[in-house]
Order: sequence, then C-alpha cells, then structure tokens
Amino acid sequence: MNDDQLDNVFKALGDPIRRGILDRLAKRPGQSLFEICASSFAEDGRSLSRQTISQHLDMLERAGLVQTHWSGRTKMHTFDNAPLRKAAAAWLNKHLRKGSAA
Amino acid sequence: MRIYVMSVFVDDQAKALDFYTAKLGFIVKNDIPLGDHRWLTIVSKEAPEGTELLLEPSEHPAVGPYKSSLVNDGIPAASFKVDDLKKEFERLRQLGVEFTLEPTDAGPVRMAVFDDTCGNLIQLVEMTEGK
Repeated sequence: MNDDQLDNVFKALGDPIRRGILDRLAKRPGQSLFEICASSFAEDGRSLSRQTISQHLDMLERAGLVQTHWSGRTKMHTFDNAPLRKAAAAWLNKHLRKGSAA
Repeated sequence: MRIYVMSVFVDDQAKALDFYTAKLGFIVKNDIPLGDHRWLTIVSKEAPEGTELLLEPSEHPAVGPYKSSLVNDGIPAASFKVDDLKKEFERLRQLGVEFTLEPTDAGPVRMAVFDDTCGNLIQLVEMTEGK
C-alpha cells in the first residue's frame, strides 16, 4: 500500500458519518443507497440527504473500503476490510508492536 | 384542494394492470382509451374512494433515465401502506414478486421494497410506532 492509498484510507475513516456507514454495512452487507440512508436515519436518528451520503460513499469507495456490485439494476454496497489490514501492515503495526507492552 | 391521483410510469400498461390488480390486489377505477394509451387508474379495495394511482406510459424521453436512476440507487417510485408487513411480504413472495429489500426496521416504520416488473421499485410500509 503506497502513501496515497494510505492517505485515502485514513481520510475515509476520519469522519463519524463514514465510520457509521461502515459499521452498518459490516452488519448487513449489500445495501443500496436508499437502504443506507434509511438505516442511518433509523439507527442514528440523523437525517442526511442522499447527496451527502452518496459523497461519503464515493470517498469510502476510493479508499477501497466499500465495494459495489449490481443486484439486478440496483447498485449494492458492501464493506471490505482489506484496506484496513493493508493500512495496518503498511504503517499501524510498526507502532502497535512497540506499544504492546503497555 | 385534494390529491385525487398520483402516477407511476410503467413500461407496459397491460402488464402493469395485471401486476397491480392480480398480484397487489388493487382494483381498476378508470380505464379510458386515449389514443395509443389508456387513462388507467387503480385504487385500493380498502379505500375505493381514496387517491387513485395512474399507471402512466413511460414514452417521454426523460422517463427512462429518471426511472433507471431511481432503481440504480434503490429508491422506490411509490409507497403503499399495509397493516401487516410480514403477512403481505409472505403473500407476495408466494406469488413470485421479487423483493430487493426484505422487511427491515427504519425508525418509526418497517419497510420492504419490491420490483413491480414495469421498471419501478415499490415500497411497502407498516407503521410500527405506537403499536
């Protein structure tokens, strides 16, 4: 994982709304934009516009944290934790190992 | 002023009529020939004097992109209210209706989404708040 990719992962994670989206996609994979909006309202009581959620999803997709596939003619979103593992291997682990005594 | 008719754009009026009556259980209110198409409206058996739903032809060039963009994002073109979502979901599934979203909690409601076979997603909603 290069620096740009690492930046994308950390930028994508640097927002509570995006982390919330990932939490919900991890719980229930394969959601359309409509479902993501509905479940973010149901669970957080936060009513966000589809446009806003759509922009958050774009950032998550760019970081590789969200993968999409088509179910019929509807685009579904799924959480992929591979970039987290790669980010850990590329940078986080270096420091986590040192600190493991604490 | 009252809302007496709303519409969904359907790919094929005859096919839509069959789906919305034989499967969903609505009844025809108006079926008036209008050139190449029909002024075709349906109502709920439970509220025959209620708002009509016009099954409108999809001919206008803007309709195709509009419908497919909604479907891409999983957004329903219309929403119907039911008393018992689980029962309705089971009944429709038995009839071969394809659900894109199975019954799910969404705040004060439970909802499900199915494909109307005429180019639209349709939402079913059961009000759960206060039950």
